[in-house]
Parts: sequence; C-alpha cells; structure tokens
Amino acid sequence: MPAQATTESVEQVIFDGLKELGAEGEVARSSTFEELDVDSLDLVELAQIIEDEFGVSLQGEDVKDLRTVGDVIDLVVARSQ
Amino acid sequence: MTPGVVITGMGAVTPLGVGVDALFGRWSEGECSVEDGFARCSDFDATDHLSRKEARRTDRFTHFAMVAADEALSEAWPDGPPYEPERIGCVIGTGIGGLGSLERQQDVLRERGPKAVSPLAVPLLMGNAAAAAVAMRHELHGSSFGVMSACAAGAHAIGAALRMIEAGEADAVVAGGAESAIAGVAVAAFAAMGATSPTGISRPFDARRDGFVMGEGAGVLVLENAEKASARKAQPVGEILGYAASSDAHHLTAPEPSGRDAARAIELALADAEVKPGDIDYVNAHGTSTPLNDRSETEALKAALGEEAHRIPVSSTKSAIGHLLGAAGAVEAIATVEALRQRVAPPTVGWEERDPDLDLDYVPGEARPLDRANGNGRGSLVAISNSFGFGGHNAVLCLAG
Repeated sequence: MPAQATTESVEQVIFDGLKELGAEGEVARSSTFEELDVDSLDLVELAQIIEDEFGVSLQGEDVKDLRTVGDVIDLVVARSQ
Repeated sequence: MTPGVVITGMGAVTPLGVGVDALFGRWSEGECSVEDGFARCSDFDATDHLSRKEARRTDRFTHFAMVAADEALSEAWPDGPPYEPERIGCVIGTGIGGLGSLERQQDVLRERGPKAVSPLAVPLLMGNAAAAAVAMRHELHGSSFGVMSACAAGAHAIGAALRMIEAGEADAVVAGGAESAIAGVAVAAFAAMGATSPTGISRPFDARRDGFVMGEGAGVLVLENAEKASARKAQPVGEILGYAASSDAHHLTAPEPSGRDAARAIELALADAEVKPGDIDYVNAHGTSTPLNDRSETEALKAALGEEAHRIPVSSTKSAIGHLLGAAGAVEAIATVEALRQRVAPPTVGWEERDPDLDLDYVPGEARPLDRANGNGRGSLVAISNSFGFGGHNAVLCLAG
C-alpha cells in the first residue's frame, strides 16, 4: 500500500529524495529547481520515488511547468486526495 | 607540412593508485596490484574527486576518465585552456562502457518492471559517456566522441586525436581510454572463452602464462599542435611521432598467429614517425599474459624490427596492473612516455621462466636504466606502444620523451 500522502510526509520524501539525487545546497519549499541544479533527468527520478511512496504518477506534462519544490509537494498532495 | 603533436599533460587512475606518479613509480619498483585474480582500483572513491551529483550521474568508467582528465588538464593548462573551446576536442575510448550500470538496471527491469528503470541508465552505460562527461566538465566544444575497439580503444583514441590535430581540425585534443568492466557478465564471459587466467596471475611472456587478469582504470593525455604549444612556451612531457593501425580480419578473438598485420601496424607507425628500428629505445608491449597474444606479438616485433628486436628492452605494464581493456592503450602510452622521460625501462613483473619460442629481452627482475646507447640523433628517447584488441584491431603509437 502506498503511504498516506500528508503535506508533511510528501515534503519529507521529496526533501530526502532531492538530497539523495545530489541537489546542491539547502532544500526548502521555496527552492527553485534551477537553484538546486535539478534538471529534467532528476525530475524523472524524483517522480519515480514519489510513485513508489505515494502511488501518484507524474508525467512529463505534469512537471514541466513546476518551478519550486513547494509546487511539486502541492501537486502530489492534491493528486493523492 | 603536417604539424607535430606534443603531449603537455597526462593523468591516470590505475590499480596502483590515483595519478601518473603512482602508476609509474610503483610499477618501476616492481609492484603488482593484482589481488584475488583482479586488479581493482580499490582505494578509488569517486566522491573524493567529484560531487555527489556528478558521481551518481556517471558510471565508474566515467569517474576514472574524469579524474584522469582533471590531472592531465591541470598539468597542461593550470591557468585554463589556452585555445578557443571550439578548437579543443575530446576522444575517449572504452572496450565495453558502463557495464556495471547496465547490469544494475537490468536487475531493476527484471525485478521491478520497466517503470522503475532509471532515466540515467542510457547516459550511464553508453560507451561515449566518458567523452561526453569530460567535454562537459571542461567545456570543450570541439569534436567529441567515444572510440570502441576493445583492448586497442585507448590507442585508437590517441591516434584519432593525433590525426585531428594534424588535419588542422583542432589545436588540442583531450584523449584517452577508460574501463570498468569487472562485473558479472564480462568476468564470466572472459573466463568462458578461456581468455582470463585461471590461476589469477598476470605474467606476460613467461612460459607459465595462462591468460590475462582483468583490471580497471583510465588514462588521459592532452595533445597539442606542437607549434602552438611552443608559441605559448609550453613544456611538453612527450611527443607523438607516429601512429598506425591495421586489422587482422582473421578471428573474433584470436590474433593472427604470425603477427603479420600487427607487424604491419608497427612498420607503418615507424614510417609515419620517420623512425627506423635502430632508433627505438624501448617497446611497451601489449603483453597480455595470454598464450596467444604474447607469442604473436613477439613474432610481430621480430618481423617489424628485424635484428634490432633482440636489442630493445620490451616490457608489459599489464604485469603490474592487469589488463585495463579499453583503457590499456592510453595508460600504457602514459607509462611509455614516463619511461622515456625518466630513462627507465620498468620490468615485466613476475617474469621468471623463459618460453623457448619467446626470445626477446622482456626486462626480467628489476627496472633498468634506458641509456642512449644507440644514439638516434634526437635529444629524446623513442619508443613504441602496442595495442591489440579482440576483433583483430591493431594500433601502434610511436612516442618520444
């Protein structure tokens, strides 16, 4: 069963995931992917982590306009409802 | 008039350690890095040299190439590239590419299905990954590609780089080879074909040799147009005098027994360099420790060099670091240049028993001074470095230092 997707749990998984991917510097909700040096390949890996944890599938179309870490967290929480 | 090509920087990651000094110094002292039948870069940790992100987005063979390139470039250009980035190429050979990454993703595919396969899988495993990563890291915008010719790839990469500079397509090329293939399928397959040593010992040219020992690592050189290097008052570490390649077109894995086409590559490399057998001070052999290679290579040397073959010291770097496959030609070119610069022929480590058919001087025991006994009229010593790959690929470099 996928984990319950609360804002806190999603935030934790995404913060940990980005650090695992080697994102540069502190990761916060307001961090932009550009600041973190996260590119399209990193986002696909992040989407795989999210799907494993919460059963939420994010496609390229879903993530192409996201700019900050908070944008992803909000999208995942909304999708999991 | 074809421009000369000089070497202005070299870098190596080998089972003897990180750096050219570890490679040549330890080999000269007769050290051998083979343990339990493999020669691994055991002390190498990618994150000592690369960011976490760089390390996880590249395979181990690319890690080796990036670290070797850093060393070579910091020696050649401590203040940054002296040429337009568009005039600097990057050519890195490999035998297999990111085999470890391929195997790990194959496991993921089998166990967890296609949706779990990493989007990094292809950029990790592709054979050109090392060339791409080095070009990106140093912002080299000239021609950049990988070279695949099994165990001759490192030498072919240097040859391709030489020709790019001679043709005026580049002012400089970062060239070399990288390999990390001590992984399940390759280990099993080399053993299945009887290529690797069942006793786990690398002893080239010895009567008891029974196969090669797999190694891993990378070698990278910075090649420059000699006139441009001279104009910027560079101090070259060596020179590429000539190069040639040929094909046995004989068998998937076995060399042509007479060494006919290997000999032709040696002869053509000498002609390209305008060097005669009497001018050669040292031969860095391919010397894999397989029964077939060491015999046909000896035949090739005798056919190409005639009587001079018996005078020239011949030693194999693989006696110290095993067989680095697609990295071997580059690492051995570096070792050859160091031998010439330091006027030392390192030994074929572990050579003890003469094979009656192999009658050259394989530098047994200890390193030996390379004196200028024959006098070729140059200020430098001259050597050849042989590389031969499965598939019958022969590549020979003629080097000065």
